[in-house]
Amino acid sequence: MLKLLLSRLATAVPSVVGVLIVTFMLTRLLPGDPAAYFAGLAASPQAIAEVRTKLGLDKSLPEQFVAYIVDLAHGNLGNSLSTGQPVAAEIVNRLPASAELTLVALFVAVAIAIPLGVLAAVKQGTWIDHLCRVVTTAGVSLPVFFTGLLLAYVFYYLLQIAPAPTGRLDVFISAPPDITGFYLVDSLLTGNAETFWSALKQLALPAISMAIFSLAPLARMTRGSMLAVLGSDFVRTARASGLSSRTVIFTYAFRNAVLPVITTLGMVFSFLLGANVLVETVFAWPGIGLYAVNALITSDYAPVQGFVLTMAVLYVVLNLIIDLLYGLVDPRVRLDA
Amino acid sequence: MKRRTFFKTTVAASAAATAAPAIWSEAKAQARNETLLIVTESPPNSQDIHGVGANRPAYEVSWNTHDRLMTYGVKKDANGNDHYDYTKLEPELATEWDLKPNSVTFKLRRDAKFHDGTPITAKDVKWSFDRAVTVGGFPTFQMAAGSLQKPEQFVAVDDHTFRVDFLRADKLTMPDIGVPVPVVMNSELCKKNATEKDPWAMEWCKNNHASGGAYKVEKWQPSQEVVFVRNDDWKNGPLPKVRRVIQRIIPSAGNRRALLERGDADLSFDLPSKDFAELKKSPKLTVVGTPIENAMMYVGMNVATKPFDNEKLRQAVAWAIPYQQIMDTVMFGQAIPLFGGADNKSKGSVWPQKDGYSTDLDKAKTLMAEAGYSNGLETTLSFDLGAASTNEPLAILVQENLAKIGIKTTINKVPGANWRAELLKKSMPMIINAFGGWLNYPEYFFYWCYHGQNAVFNTMSYKNPKMDALIDKARFTTGPEYDAAVKGFVDMAFEEVPRVPVFQPLLNVAMQKNVTGYRYWFHRQLDYRQLVKG
Repeated sequence: MLKLLLSRLATAVPSVVGVLIVTFMLTRLLPGDPAAYFAGLAASPQAIAEVRTKLGLDKSLPEQFVAYIVDLAHGNLGNSLSTGQPVAAEIVNRLPASAELTLVALFVAVAIAIPLGVLAAVKQGTWIDHLCRVVTTAGVSLPVFFTGLLLAYVFYYLLQIAPAPTGRLDVFISAPPDITGFYLVDSLLTGNAETFWSALKQLALPAISMAIFSLAPLARMTRGSMLAVLGSDFVRTARASGLSSRTVIFTYAFRNAVLPVITTLGMVFSFLLGANVLVETVFAWPGIGLYAVNALITSDYAPVQGFVLTMAVLYVVLNLIIDLLYGLVDPRVRLDA
Repeated sequence: MKRRTFFKTTVAASAAATAAPAIWSEAKAQARNETLLIVTESPPNSQDIHGVGANRPAYEVSWNTHDRLMTYGVKKDANGNDHYDYTKLEPELATEWDLKPNSVTFKLRRDAKFHDGTPITAKDVKWSFDRAVTVGGFPTFQMAAGSLQKPEQFVAVDDHTFRVDFLRADKLTMPDIGVPVPVVMNSELCKKNATEKDPWAMEWCKNNHASGGAYKVEKWQPSQEVVFVRNDDWKNGPLPKVRRVIQRIIPSAGNRRALLERGDADLSFDLPSKDFAELKKSPKLTVVGTPIENAMMYVGMNVATKPFDNEKLRQAVAWAIPYQQIMDTVMFGQAIPLFGGADNKSKGSVWPQKDGYSTDLDKAKTLMAEAGYSNGLETTLSFDLGAASTNEPLAILVQENLAKIGIKTTINKVPGANWRAELLKKSMPMIINAFGGWLNYPEYFFYWCYHGQNAVFNTMSYKNPKMDALIDKARFTTGPEYDAAVKGFVDMAFEEVPRVPVFQPLLNVAMQKNVTGYRYWFHRQLDYRQLVKG
């Protein structure tokens, strides 16, 4: 097991190194001159040159790359110019916000999509199957920023049920002490019901808008995979042997159908981390996506590099977890295969 | 768990749950009344206005947390709103000053203290001014605009006397001491946090303020929120009315508007013109729109290369722009027209002012023929995507009308981060752009935008020795001679039209009815010190 883990990690090393080089090159190749941008409104060419020297941008590319790698080895991802903060600290601060949102959204999506998919497959052609089709089509065709704005308009502006879309907490409630960085968990651990409730309310709309978006692939995949399994010989045999339909569906069919669903889940999760960018903008969510977009707009190299690197590492970890999950769910998938 | 104990705990818990919300909301309501909640689009990136790349929201932080020697007085604008008065300098840290031809001597307030309790002395002022002219970049440049260039110019005579020696007679020197850059910093505190590599404590000052201003930063969460709390010991002006100010970053304009309309936020700049036009009709909010001084949106043409080196062709363009349509459909009336005047002559020493152009396609076509382009021509029209909500529709309207006189344009959208670099290259034939200067003097604008020194903002690469002579003359003269010089360069700018003025933008702010005391400042940031929430 440990050996497997290590070998999987070893294969990830080249991709991380590749990501490092590519992001470094890409940020430099992009049009845009950060020195001109940050020198301010009334800058003269000599003022811009001064800023350029200060940022180390007057050095050659290989020199800049070496400096970047040396910093990286010391755990220093550089400083963001647009927020004035060290990138590593910012990412550590912001990642939990994005992760909390994504996980809650994924949880909501799974809680709806899997029962819906299973039901649609079992009762093929009935109203529930049609419902599944409508929900998934709608979910996948509505862009996530649109659902977000619509939900905010209806539930905040018109109905006044949801709280103001001002980020992770109501403005007048202070954040819980930083334990995991997940406000829901931290507020529970410290027994602060008010903060928990506020965090949950703030989380509801963005999480739902993301869940609607990710419902579609999960429900469709569950339905399709269940249909295939339900039509297979061993299910017919199980039914013929007089097993209850509950046992047939859940113990035999679903267990076999879940493998492609997990693959999709992994894809949806990584996809959601990207979709975060839009939802975070709409709901002023202080997550990592918003951070990266702002950095990109201002040609702020360090955060963009830091963001891509973090994402690459996250994807590697995610893939590893999914690989391991396969083995747990289906013994036929050999881990050492 | 036993049934009975379970029952008991459930009852107790639900009792607590029903009782609790009342207490919370009361505490919240009180906090709400004493706090001004501002929602804004982009976050400050520093607490130090001298920092590399400090952005405009950072100017706001610095303005409210630091003192300057002098500040500006106040007047009423045409709509009866408070407006800073650039003709009147008033005491802030300095109680009085003695202006001589070669120097100015400031007397400092004796009981003024920094936030940490140390008295503010002349050596702090000297240290801060030295810092501004030494660290380079924007602060050094802004100081130089008022001929404040060398540390030797700044003398701490004694603890409460500070003198500035002039390099030359420059009428911008005094006004420049009142702009956001020359702040007074706590030199001892800064030195404690300085390092050998960083003698001016630039790193530390990014996230900390060593100052004595009217507000202190209580909570600094980069790109999320900043919480300010009033400095109750502030002596350098009347004590502000608002105890706490929270500045929250809400990137989505639609949500900022919703927050205002629902009464959850107190004040916001940064909304699209359409929203402001609609909010002005709403009885729920106060909207104040102030023309931004010394600023204009214009169509610029590169006179250094073909085809726009041709004056007749530039005039043809000026007659072809759909001005009124831009005002109505792009700006929703939220701007001051700079077209349709009686003629192309200056109407006095003010800037910006209306030129004589309006939309007249026949005249434009005649000029096209006279310019030798009766068969038309092709060119590109560039704009900054960073302000696409205004620039894009404007570009499309201009493109449509130019096509009618035979100028075929391709629209070139430049990403915000790249715009400054593209301007610097001065290779774009035709652009849509805006410029505004802090100091409200026509010659200040012309010095940046029309002078042959060819600064970044002379986006047209316009060089004319006659124009330069008039601008230089205006900078260092007064009286009738000054007025004649201003009239001279304004007339020339209108006649030769290297840039076609379109409109003067407004600085709009929307706030709740119970928020009063808003004052327009040349730096276009919010001054919390005059605001009242009642």
